[in-house]
Amino acid sequence: MAEAAGVAAESLAGCRARAARTVLDQVVLPGEELLLPDQEDGEGSGGAGERPLRLNATARSRGRVVCGPGLRRCGDRLLVTKCGRLRHKEPGSGSGGGVYWVDSQQKRYVPVKGDHVIGIVTAKSGDIFKVDVGGSEPASLSYLAFEGATKRNRPNVQLTRGAVLLLQVSTWAFQVGDLIYGQFVVANKDMEPEMVCIDSCGRANGMGVIGQDGLLFKVTLGLIRKLLAPDCEILQEVGKLYPLEIVFGMNGRIWVKAKTIQQTLILANILEACEHMTADQRKQIFSRLAES
Amino acid sequence: MAFLDFRGGSGRVQIVSKRRATCGRHSWSPRVGACVLRTHLVRKRALLGGSNKPRLHVGSRAMEGAMQTESKIRADSRTEPGPRGPGCSLRHFACEQNLLSRPDGSASFLQGDTSVLAGVYGPAEVKISKEIFNKATLEVILRPKTGLPGVAEKSRERLIRNTCEAVVLGALHPRTSITVVLQVVSDAGSLLACCLNAACMALVDAGVPMRALFCGVTCALDSDGTLMLDPTAKQEKEARAVLTFALDSVERKLLMSTTKGLYSDAELQQCLAAAQTASTHVFRFYRESLQRRYSKS
Repeated sequence: MAEAAGVAAESLAGCRARAARTVLDQVVLPGEELLLPDQEDGEGSGGAGERPLRLNATARSRGRVVCGPGLRRCGDRLLVTKCGRLRHKEPGSGSGGGVYWVDSQQKRYVPVKGDHVIGIVTAKSGDIFKVDVGGSEPASLSYLAFEGATKRNRPNVQLTRGAVLLLQVSTWAFQVGDLIYGQFVVANKDMEPEMVCIDSCGRANGMGVIGQDGLLFKVTLGLIRKLLAPDCEILQEVGKLYPLEIVFGMNGRIWVKAKTIQQTLILANILEACEHMTADQRKQIFSRLAES
Repeated sequence: MAFLDFRGGSGRVQIVSKRRATCGRHSWSPRVGACVLRTHLVRKRALLGGSNKPRLHVGSRAMEGAMQTESKIRADSRTEPGPRGPGCSLRHFACEQNLLSRPDGSASFLQGDTSVLAGVYGPAEVKISKEIFNKATLEVILRPKTGLPGVAEKSRERLIRNTCEAVVLGALHPRTSITVVLQVVSDAGSLLACCLNAACMALVDAGVPMRALFCGVTCALDSDGTLMLDPTAKQEKEARAVLTFALDSVERKLLMSTTKGLYSDAELQQCLAAAQTASTHVFRFYRESLQRRYSKS
């Protein structure tokens, strides 16, 4: 029994909180507690979690640390709630202690304010459209939340941008079943999510109804974040392959349109397979496609 | 082949026990055994075409070192070469994540010959009649291998649901539903513990926020008081008491216990202590399995 107790104590000791700094970019599991940098000196000296009393109450030099997805504040520590890699971003302008978050692989989307998503219009009731965004409830979209739309004036606006994105915003031509690209203005756990197709200045900025044809397919959220990262080469390579239009929604949905159906399907397959391919395999496939 | 083929019949059992019997006869080091298992896996994965999608991780029997402490709990009085070698109390584990395309999270957990497949959907829409205003509605559906679900399945569903509710942070997703669907693929003892492990891995795969991980461990007490961890179906039938515990990963606290049979108070404490020690190995296996999964991305 004594040895069993010894083993148990050793295993429990391994569960004590670790400094967040030491586990950056490592896999963390739900239930682990992390210490923020300004709490670490106490752990070293006490060994049992004692912290020296600070006479100076404003000794926190770090400032505010932002707790991102996958982490919860638990007392003065961070509790990990999802499995994934712990990441940290240094504060840009020196205020605050930066952001900590967990990079996890997920398929199900949870609405977050400010995210740009692709939704499918499922119902129209009075002045509100119900849009399915892949979350637990449909988001609501007001008919006035488009550029230049007023109760009387219903313009047919066309927007052209660069070579990649071409969206036609027509406020009244859309019906149930259409695709909408918009952003959330209200998205929290207690309220129904609301989205708009207009930014804070009142301009559409690429949002609105997504045109006819094309293909909508679903990928994991991690792949979308990878493709939307500023230094992603996949997108540049895909752009060199065929002329295309592509829209990424943070809810895991991608809409793609190329000249022919076959090209569209090829692009969709490449993007879905990108998640599991290494860079070399990808380059091989692109070179093979470019030849044919 | 045995670990990857879930549709095996009696032939599969023979393959599995043959490998273990050869391992058990020589005193092999845990690392050697693990290498044998892993190279087999690598070869199989190469045959599958190099796709990284199925994440199969086989738990090695590298628990022999720590199991020395349990030698007095486990009096190995068996003479026939059973499915596990001397000195090792838990059967082989294997876990595969993200194997189903429809659910938000899925996992398959094998313990010896017992295998359970779990799928998690959530946080998703919930019927108005079932919604709870301040937390998520957790539902567990357990389907037996054959036949319609009966009262035993309902009772196990309730136990698994209570365990999951203690661990899942439902308050972050009020008025949503999180559904765990479990399918028994093969039952060779310790079914409830295997279901709990599969449910935990599937919840982690789905990204449902949790305050800790949990695992299930089954103990059996036979007529002369010997404690056996992770009993097979035969051992469970012959035992005088079978106890299943669900333990959490933070402090090995007890989340759920269900017992059947006759046992004394001291025996209960002994079983609980043994289960807590065994859960360390299960959690270590979870950690290795998840680290392997994230190392590929």
